Amino acid sequence: MIQFQYMRPTKEKAAIDALVKDQNAMFIAGGTNLIDLMKRGIMAPEKLVDINKLPLRKIEKENNGIRIGALALNRDVADDKLILEKQPLLAQALNAGASAQLRNMATVGGNMMQRTRCYYFYDTALPCNKREPGSGCGALEGFNRMHAIFGFSNKCIAVHPSDMSVALTALDATVLVSGPKGERRIPFGDFHRLPGDQPEIDTNLEKGELILAVDIPDAPFTKNVHYLKVRERASYAFALVSVAAALNIENNTIKDARLAMGGVAHKPWRLSAAEKALVGKPVSEATFKEAADVAMQGAKAFKHNAYKLKLAPNTIVQALKVAAAIT
Amino acid sequence: MADKRSCEGADENCNQHNEARRHFLKQTSLLTAMALAPPTLMKAGELDEKVAAAFEKVKVTLEINGKKQKVAVEPRETLLDFLREKQNLTGTKKGCDYGQCGACTVHVNGERVLSCLSLAVMQDGKKITTIEGLADGDKLHPMQEAFIKHDGFQCGYCTPGQIMSAVACIREGRASSEDEIREFMSGNICRCGAYPNIVNAIMEVKNGGQKV
Repeated sequence: MIQFQYMRPTKEKAAIDALVKDQNAMFIAGGTNLIDLMKRGIMAPEKLVDINKLPLRKIEKENNGIRIGALALNRDVADDKLILEKQPLLAQALNAGASAQLRNMATVGGNMMQRTRCYYFYDTALPCNKREPGSGCGALEGFNRMHAIFGFSNKCIAVHPSDMSVALTALDATVLVSGPKGERRIPFGDFHRLPGDQPEIDTNLEKGELILAVDIPDAPFTKNVHYLKVRERASYAFALVSVAAALNIENNTIKDARLAMGGVAHKPWRLSAAEKALVGKPVSEATFKEAADVAMQGAKAFKHNAYKLKLAPNTIVQALKVAAAIT
Repeated sequence: MADKRSCEGADENCNQHNEARRHFLKQTSLLTAMALAPPTLMKAGELDEKVAAAFEKVKVTLEINGKKQKVAVEPRETLLDFLREKQNLTGTKKGCDYGQCGACTVHVNGERVLSCLSLAVMQDGKKITTIEGLADGDKLHPMQEAFIKHDGFQCGYCTPGQIMSAVACIREGRASSEDEIREFMSGNICRCGAYPNIVNAIMEVKNGGQKV
């Protein structure tokens, strides 16, 4: 690993100032992705600003929801009583990600900020527009088994690796950030961005902005929820396709639905049209299949990931069936 | 595409490339100068707003296997390298060094973490337990006994990480069934394939009700 400067501010402002002042400074929290990337020479910050002394670890009840501090550990959120009671979908998604050791280290903010696991991004000998803008996309014509079927550009077809973020997208969470211009709130679905012409930029955070917390509004998704993750081994692997499904069912009719997919796009992929297709319909496999068809409109595969065009709708149907308990 | 190495023209790409190279050279000479300067020490308390320079060692206090000590670490030193190279605690293994295998698992403040993805400087004030700190003198920890009894290893390289993880798995209350153990031990890879025996060892310790 290359050398870097290190500081450990105790105040939010000092942390933000450090990033504003220094073009090549980065925040570090759990470090589970950043240190990995630094060892491989993919990222090389000249200064690390350790934010672990900032008071951002609490998980607490707010007026109309739950506020999770950006430094709350993935494990602490997944085990939290309030989360298990009010937002079990999030706990499921968190436990589907990484390993027990990594969940003990990784923070909520860091989970959102993790980089893609595209092999071209990780291999510094190969071209990648995300790692080295303008060098080309190796995956476009190369091995693209794990890559996007929605929202990609001709510059980048990578997918976002976070499970937690898929659930938070479905749950209509909001991200609270603080920066040189003060605090602002970003709807979770707008936090990550599509690659477009600038795949090197993963999120809509501005320079020096620090994630403070994630707010999840209360919603009646406590019983009929399911996070289904399909991967190449039973545990501890990134998703090929994952689905976060939440239903509010009354008298066998779907009152409200939330759906988001992982492993299919550069950002967590909210399935708004499919959600609309579910509302007012009876709980049945036929209803779920129709919604999956709606969800898949506009999907396009590459040479090695055409299997996702079948796997994704099947995963949607299965997640909804488990959520509705009709398996 | 133009060959970057023969880039001598005045087009924009070349200029960008030259800029990058200049930056690199500046960095390199700066680092060389820093390397030649005598090493300095910073106390962790001073790091609140100040910055530890790249080669500057930082004093941290760590409790390693019950022994509190003050040590000086470079910011880039991982906890794994620090334990193995500076503390001679070579029981903790370097497998992949990228957080994929679990061989480097240790406990920090009682929780299992990957020491290869932890910076030593970030552990200031924490309690570290390695496989060397698990036994009570010559008396092995129940999990160590169980791994021997159930043949929970072949080559043994992943074993310290497996055992540290297994102890935490029970403490976390995630060892109530074989399936749950497999899920919550999935961060520890065993290339010899001793998994069934590892699961048996954990089940026995769990069901034996001994304090872990």
